[in-house]
Amino acid sequence: MTAADLYRTVALIRGFEQRAVELVRTGVISGGIHPCTGQEAVAAGTCAALRPDDVITSTHRGHGHVLAKGADPARMMAELAGRTTGLNQARGGSMHAADFGAGVLGANAIVGAAVPIATGAAWAMRQQGSDRVALAYFGDGAVSQGVVLETFNLAALWRVPVVLVCENNGFATSMRPADTMAGSVLGRAAAFGIPASAVDGMDPQAVLDATAEAADRARSGGGPTLLECVTFRFDAHHTWEHTARPRYRTDDEVAAGRARDPLEIQGARIPAATRAAIDAETAALLDEAVRFALDSPHPDPAGALDHLYATGMRPRAGAL
Amino acid sequence: MPNLSYLKALNRAIGDEMERDPAVCVLGEDIGVAVTYATAGLLRRFGRDRVLDTPISEQAFTSFATGAAMAGMRPLIEFQIPALLFLVFEQIANQAHKFSLMTGGQTRVPVTYLLPGSGSRDSWAGQHSDHPYSLFAHVGVKTVVPATASDAYGLLVTAIRDDDPVVVFAPSGALASRENIDFDALAPVPLGSGRVHRSGTDVTVVAVGHLVHDALAVADDLAGSVSVEVFDPRSLYPFDWQGLAASLERTGRLVVVDDSNRTCGIGAEIVATAAEEMRLTAPPRRVTRPDGAVLPFARELDLACQPTRGQLRAAVEKAVGV
Ligand SMILES: Cc1ncc(C[n+]2csc(CCOP(=O)(O)OP(=O)(O)O)c2C)c(N)n1
Repeated sequence: MTAADLYRTVALIRGFEQRAVELVRTGVISGGIHPCTGQEAVAAGTCAALRPDDVITSTHRGHGHVLAKGADPARMMAELAGRTTGLNQARGGSMHAADFGAGVLGANAIVGAAVPIATGAAWAMRQQGSDRVALAYFGDGAVSQGVVLETFNLAALWRVPVVLVCENNGFATSMRPADTMAGSVLGRAAAFGIPASAVDGMDPQAVLDATAEAADRARSGGGPTLLECVTFRFDAHHTWEHTARPRYRTDDEVAAGRARDPLEIQGARIPAATRAAIDAETAALLDEAVRFALDSPHPDPAGALDHLYATGMRPRAGAL
Repeated sequence: MPNLSYLKALNRAIGDEMERDPAVCVLGEDIGVAVTYATAGLLRRFGRDRVLDTPISEQAFTSFATGAAMAGMRPLIEFQIPALLFLVFEQIANQAHKFSLMTGGQTRVPVTYLLPGSGSRDSWAGQHSDHPYSLFAHVGVKTVVPATASDAYGLLVTAIRDDDPVVVFAPSGALASRENIDFDALAPVPLGSGRVHRSGTDVTVVAVGHLVHDALAVADDLAGSVSVEVFDPRSLYPFDWQGLAASLERTGRLVVVDDSNRTCGIGAEIVATAAEEMRLTAPPRRVTRPDGAVLPFARELDLACQPTRGQLRAAVEKAVGV
């Protein structure tokens, strides 16, 4: 992965989120989104260290992860816009975006819930004799969830090839880790004997390097690694925040966070002309993604419960 | 002919499926030594890669199984206590069950959740005596409650082969039951197929799980005066509505006996559907646990909360007006 490729992924996620927020504002995307603006280095760096046949599970703030793992931005945008051409045929939306072809086993709307799912998938892949690994993303808020800590135990005990990525963006909605977390993220890993390190989550290259080491360890039978990627969310917890405007961080704090912009950090590592070319390419790609989403059909309400059962079983109607 | 016990049937079903399909694996607490017997011998036959003794961490290993299923395995999880399903309701109802729809059909989650010993085990008290099958039927998770050894075998095999999550409740009241049956005659039983254990013309008793045996006993008792048809739905979700309708065509009267709480229990759904859609010549009746029951410890208090043969007999007599 070249510096330019890493930049391209960061720029893609940044541009995607900007367009998605606009589509929320104009009512095209209903339900709102959790933008990951500012956190792109984590998605870009981690996925750059994975193989296409490795798998990830993601969070409610998952657009970056899904795109970085290789999902088609146009089908992702169509999913957010609730169109039949979406990744999940409009059944999942922002918080459940999944692309099994790209190794995305789904974003998950329950904090921490996808960590055991990635771990089980990693175990199964090893059972089947492959050297594929799984990577689970979760926020700083998720490390207070029992299921996550139970999973650390399983992953370490059975040396499961999973990479555990904590995206510590400093806030769980409005709450700071210092106010809600006894001990520390790394301390939790230490308790289970899981190798862990803190990573600069604003620097795509630093994230890539740390993840490559963790993925190598997993692939070669060394079991799980935890990476605490220290990053910063530039925008609202959720687009709803722009209407409710809860105050939980100061303007200075936000300005300081924004000053370490992964787009600039990675952009400074490539020639200006290369950067300009990537920016233009990305803008065109995303304009096309928006057009594709808007031109795609809305689903037929008659199929609202299609896919409820993998076996195709049909539920009874709610009214006679 | 061999006298097959219900527990042996469960054990055989798991072993046969593991033999047939290398993707089938088993997870649970103390399954290596098989404290419930359902997994007896499996560790020796299939090894630690496929028979995993898990730490006591239900929430993690339940979703671990979901991930393993998405990656191509067919895990079966054994839970020692039915109330543990409350711990993992999120992992089953909110995760495993929802993935097919939420992903637009991109994945399937073929996990089987086996509860050998659900319901009251006499004096196991408040946290060990639940029978929460109605909760799973309510959220649309495939839910089966076999009453006999051959159905236990057939439904468990089907559950393991099914591409969706399936909860298999093996009522403690049925575990000791036995059946004279040739092992060669054991076969998968499709979900949503009820079974008429005894035909009759006056009243249909729908009995769930171990209560099938009570219903048959009551039907015997009443044989001189009332002709009772005993209908065992075998799976509660999907439910064999056609089979029930056919039975009510014959009898026109309905009594449901079900070992779950009354409000929003499966009995309520059976009665409501029959009232809306089927032939009924008399008001339907239900025999269930009380509303919101928590089973008390003392044996007589525990038993006082469970449907009894006496209550069933009275309900049948009321339904037919004798
Ligand atoms: C188990 C659970 N509890 C509460 C919520 C509501 N909720 C959604 S996001 C969120 C904050 C999560 O914080 P964190 O894990 O740090 O991730 P971040 O939003 O910062 O990316 C909460 C409380 C939820 N979705 N799941």
